[in-house]
Amino acid sequence: MKPIETQKKYQEYVDKKSPNSPILKNCFNAFWVGGLICTIGQIIMQICKTRGLDEATSGTIVSIILITLSAFLTSLNIFNKIGKFAGAGSLVPITGFANSIVAPSIEYKSEGYVMGVGSKMFTIAGPVLVFGICSSIIVGILYFIFNTTGITLS
Amino acid sequence: MEKIGKQTIKFTNLPTILDTASIVGPKEADGPLAKYFDKCLEDEFWGEKTWEKAESKILKETVYSAVKKSNLPISSIDYCFAGDLLNQCISSSFGLRDSNIPFIGIFGACSTFVEGLGLGSIFIDGNAANNVICAASSHFCSAEKQFRFPLELGNQRPQSSQWTVTGAGAAILSSSGTGPFVTHFTPGRIVDMGIKDANNMGAAMAPAALDTLITHLNDTGRKPSYYDAIITGDLGHVGKEILIELAETKGYNIKSNYNDCGVLIFDKNKQDTHAGGSGCACCGTVFSGYLFNMLQNKKYKKILLIATGALMNSTSTQQGESIPGIAHAVSIEI
Repeated sequence: MKPIETQKKYQEYVDKKSPNSPILKNCFNAFWVGGLICTIGQIIMQICKTRGLDEATSGTIVSIILITLSAFLTSLNIFNKIGKFAGAGSLVPITGFANSIVAPSIEYKSEGYVMGVGSKMFTIAGPVLVFGICSSIIVGILYFIFNTTGITLS
Repeated sequence: MEKIGKQTIKFTNLPTILDTASIVGPKEADGPLAKYFDKCLEDEFWGEKTWEKAESKILKETVYSAVKKSNLPISSIDYCFAGDLLNQCISSSFGLRDSNIPFIGIFGACSTFVEGLGLGSIFIDGNAANNVICAASSHFCSAEKQFRFPLELGNQRPQSSQWTVTGAGAAILSSSGTGPFVTHFTPGRIVDMGIKDANNMGAAMAPAALDTLITHLNDTGRKPSYYDAIITGDLGHVGKEILIELAETKGYNIKSNYNDCGVLIFDKNKQDTHAGGSGCACCGTVFSGYLFNMLQNKKYKKILLIATGALMNSTSTQQGESIPGIAHAVSIEI
């Protein structure tokens, strides 16, 4: 091996030397845990529907239950272990979103309720909210334009 | 003392390392070096309300414990050199605010411990002090909070990421004593090879360690085989391998006597620490606990301790800056 003199060569060398994440294993775990969370959601939904609630209300109840469960498990220091195991599987469903808000709230409680919990609560979820809302506005504008010119999207 | 070669200080009135102390957290207590530490904590808070307070307490108790072990009255400690990773080094200054020891706060990221040993030795050799204490601390939880994500967040760590050691190490240097002696101090220069991944600190710091190692060997005219052990601070598994290979390309074979504190402190297979330990306390506790014991028992007679540091913060990473590395070396002989 030759001595490494340039930054570019060093970066290439480091990329080769650094261990990769076990992608296959991570994907598999993400797949079944994510699927399991969604199945739980679906079961709750079906129960609500058989009790005579409409689609929208049932959906809301599913969200509320999953968020509460995720927040509760976060506070018990369990959700981070699930997250470490399942990765995107527990991150992508609404459980991950709840976790990303509860986690900094716990972490920054020591800085007080205003400058700690209040201002740091959205440090991780913030970008998701900002870009989520922005893109929904753009889609809304597009829908408005096309809809008024006689083209319907549905 | 005198400057030899490019950047090495050779001491003449050799400072003795009188005694050391180390306190570590629960994860380190599960590691292979547990029996060498003075105290292993059962939880990360140690009865405090915040992690920052816990870290201050760890540093404070380590310093007091080192003083106690050395049998010196605390009033005979002339200066304290201490540092940590938290903003403005609050763990050290808060921990030592009631100690009445003149305090010199230092920052060299994870290289702080050796930076302190080197500066303290200069004070002693130059007759500016009879006894100084050098300490450094880090805490996994406070470091995660400052540099990465909240602990409760369910995310995955990359394989090259390292685990910040919870704990503190302290060493008392004295003008009189029977060794081990600090014989040379090679302050490193800042080396940046353009690595931007904050989850791969070992790779970012390895070139700095290489630079300091080669400079030290050239300045002193020594070969790697002169030392019983060459120990780097916290390159971890990734950085260790890189350093061995980089040294080989420059014509130095360090395979047989080289190791890294970040590799030694955790069991990679059992403890899920990925690329190994890091933080000021990594080098601090492994030296104060394990290496000092080896020196006292004469299992090692000459060691070269090269503490490595990544001179970045979370803002510089977010702004896309690369990570400058640094490494300071002290040669310790009995």
